[in-house]
Amino acid sequence: MATDRTRAVLTVEGLRAYYQVNTFGIEREVRAVDDVSLHVNANEIYGLAGESSCGKSTLVKTIAAAIRPPLRVLAGSVTYRFGERRVSLYDLDEGELARIRWKHVSYIMQGSMSVLNPLRRVRSAFVDFAFRHIGKPMPEFTAMVEAHLKRLHLEPTVLDAYPHELSGGMRQRITIALATVCRPDFIAADEPTTALDVVVQKSVLAELRQAQRETDASVLFVTHDMAVHANLSDRLGIMYAGRLVEEGTTAEVFATPAHPYTAHLIASLPRIGDTQAREGLGGAPPSLADPPPGCRFHPRCPLAMDICRREVPEMAWIGDTHRVACFATKAETA
Amino acid sequence: MSEPLLDLHGVVRTYSRGGLISSDYFRAVDGVSFRLEPDRPEIFTIVGESGSGKTTLARMILAMVSPSEGRITFRGTDPARLNRRRDRLAFMRQVQPIFQNPFEAFNPLKRVDRYLLMTARHFAGARGRDAERAADQALRNVGLSLAEVKGRFPHELSGGQLQRVAVARALISRPALIVADEPVSMVDASLRMSIVNLFKVLRDEHKVSILYITHDLGTAYYISDRILIMNKGRAVESGDARTVLDNPQHPYSILLKSAVLSPDPASREEALAP
Repeated sequence: MATDRTRAVLTVEGLRAYYQVNTFGIEREVRAVDDVSLHVNANEIYGLAGESSCGKSTLVKTIAAAIRPPLRVLAGSVTYRFGERRVSLYDLDEGELARIRWKHVSYIMQGSMSVLNPLRRVRSAFVDFAFRHIGKPMPEFTAMVEAHLKRLHLEPTVLDAYPHELSGGMRQRITIALATVCRPDFIAADEPTTALDVVVQKSVLAELRQAQRETDASVLFVTHDMAVHANLSDRLGIMYAGRLVEEGTTAEVFATPAHPYTAHLIASLPRIGDTQAREGLGGAPPSLADPPPGCRFHPRCPLAMDICRREVPEMAWIGDTHRVACFATKAETA
Repeated sequence: MSEPLLDLHGVVRTYSRGGLISSDYFRAVDGVSFRLEPDRPEIFTIVGESGSGKTTLARMILAMVSPSEGRITFRGTDPARLNRRRDRLAFMRQVQPIFQNPFEAFNPLKRVDRYLLMTARHFAGARGRDAERAADQALRNVGLSLAEVKGRFPHELSGGQLQRVAVARALISRPALIVADEPVSMVDASLRMSIVNLFKVLRDEHKVSILYITHDLGTAYYISDRILIMNKGRAVESGDARTVLDNPQHPYSILLKSAVLSPDPASREEALAP
C-alpha cells in the first residue's frame, strides 16, 4: 500500500538543497539535503526524525516552497498531486506559487508561537493568510473561520485577542487552525510541539490529528522527539547528516530498526517504569559543510566496515514498506 | 549531627504584576520545603510544567534571587546573606549551576577553554599550568580533553559536547551540589543519555549531589533518587522517585504522568491514532 506511488500526494526525487555562501571570496557549501527521495501518501502523517542540524527543517522548507538564498535547490524534483492535477514545484513562477501556497500546501513553521504579529489581533492573521484563497465576502469568511475554530475546540473569541494574551499552547493551536482553514491537501509541520509542555503537547497533537482527519490532508511531521513519532506518525523516515537513512511504517521502524543509527536512537529512549542502563551515542554529528566520505554515519557506527568509509550506501528495500541505506544491514540479509 | 547540605523551609517567592495603579502579587514559588543530607550524595529531581516555579526555585538556591518568605540554608548559612566577597566565592565554589541552553550559556565570541581557565583561576585558585591541568582533569571526567576543546568557539562544538563542557566547568571547583536547570531539554535524543549518565557518575564517583530540574519524566525516572513534583509554585507530591512515578497519588501527578507519550507505537494514544 505504501509503495503505491499513484496514491502519493507528494513525491520528492533525488532532492539536493544546499546553502551556498560566499563570504569575502570564500565559497562555502552546506549540503543540508543531499539526494533525498520520498513520497507521502494521501491521508497519512509522514514523520521525519533526526537530530538537530541533520537537514530536517531544510527539507521541509524546500517541500513547502519556502526557500530563500543562500538556500538553493540544485537537483531533483518536488511534485504534488492535487486531485487530478500534477504540479512540479520548481517549474512554477512566483504567481503560480502564491496561488498554491496555503490553498494546497500550508506550512506550520518551527517556533510558530512567534509567527503571529504581536501588534495585531489574531483575526488579522487569518485575513492575511486565508482571505484571498477562500474568495468569499468578509462576513461569510468570518463565519467560515469561526466554524473552523469551533471544530477544533477553540472559542471564536480568540480572534479578537492579541498574541500576548494567549498561552503558548493556545498560540500553537491557532497556528494549526490557520494552517488548516483553507483545507489544504498537504501540511508541512516543523517541530510544532517542541516548545510546549507535555500536558499541552498532547492536546496540540490531538488537534493536529483531528484537523488532518477532517480535511483529509496529508502531513509531513518533523520532530526529533521519537515518543511523538511513535504516537502520531503512520510512516517514519529517519534522517542523518542530510540523507534519509531509513524509512518504514512507524511500527516497523520501532520494532525492527535496520540502520544502526535508528537502532541506537530507539534503544536510548528512557521509559517510565524501566531503569535499565542506556547508553548515549558517542561522537558528534558531522559538519554538513565537510561531511565524511562514504556513509556519513561511519565515524560513529559500531558496525562500520571498510566499504562504509569509501562508498555511499543506496536506499534499498528490505521489506514491502521498509527501506534502509546501510552496507552492514545488506551484508546481514544477503 | 551534621547540618543538612541544603535545607529549604517554607520558601515563597512573589513577583508583582501590573503597573503603578493596579498591581497584584503572583506567587511563583509557594511554600516549598525539602532537605538534602550532607553525607549521602543523591540526584534530587524537581519536575513540573513551565510556570510551575522550578527555575525560580533554582535561582533562589543559587542565591541569584532571595526568597520573599521562608528560609534557605546551605550548610547552615543563608546564601542570600553572604555580603562579603570571600564568603560568596566560597559559596559559589560549593554550589555550581548548569543551564538549559548551552548555546546561550557560552558567549559566542569567546573560546570555550577560556571559561574553564577562568573558573579554575577564580574558584580553584590555580594559575597557568595548574589551571590547565584542573580544566583538563574536569574535561576528562566528562569524556573530553582540553586538547579537544582548546581554542574552539561554541559554534564549533555540538550541543551535547558544549553541555558536557558546561558540566566540566561546574566540576572544576569540586562542588558539593550542582543545580542543573533543564540540562538536556535542548540536547538531541541521541546525546541526551550521555549527559544523564554523566550525572550518575558524578553522584557515584565524585560524591556530588545533583538537583536535576526537568519536565521530562522519562529521564527523571531513569536517574532520580528522590523526586518533587511542582504545580503552580506548590510542591504537590514528593518522595522516592520510583515509588512516586510508578504510583502517583496527587491528581496533578497522575495527569502529568498520563500526558507523557510512550515511545512505543503499540500503545498509541487513541486521540492520535488515524
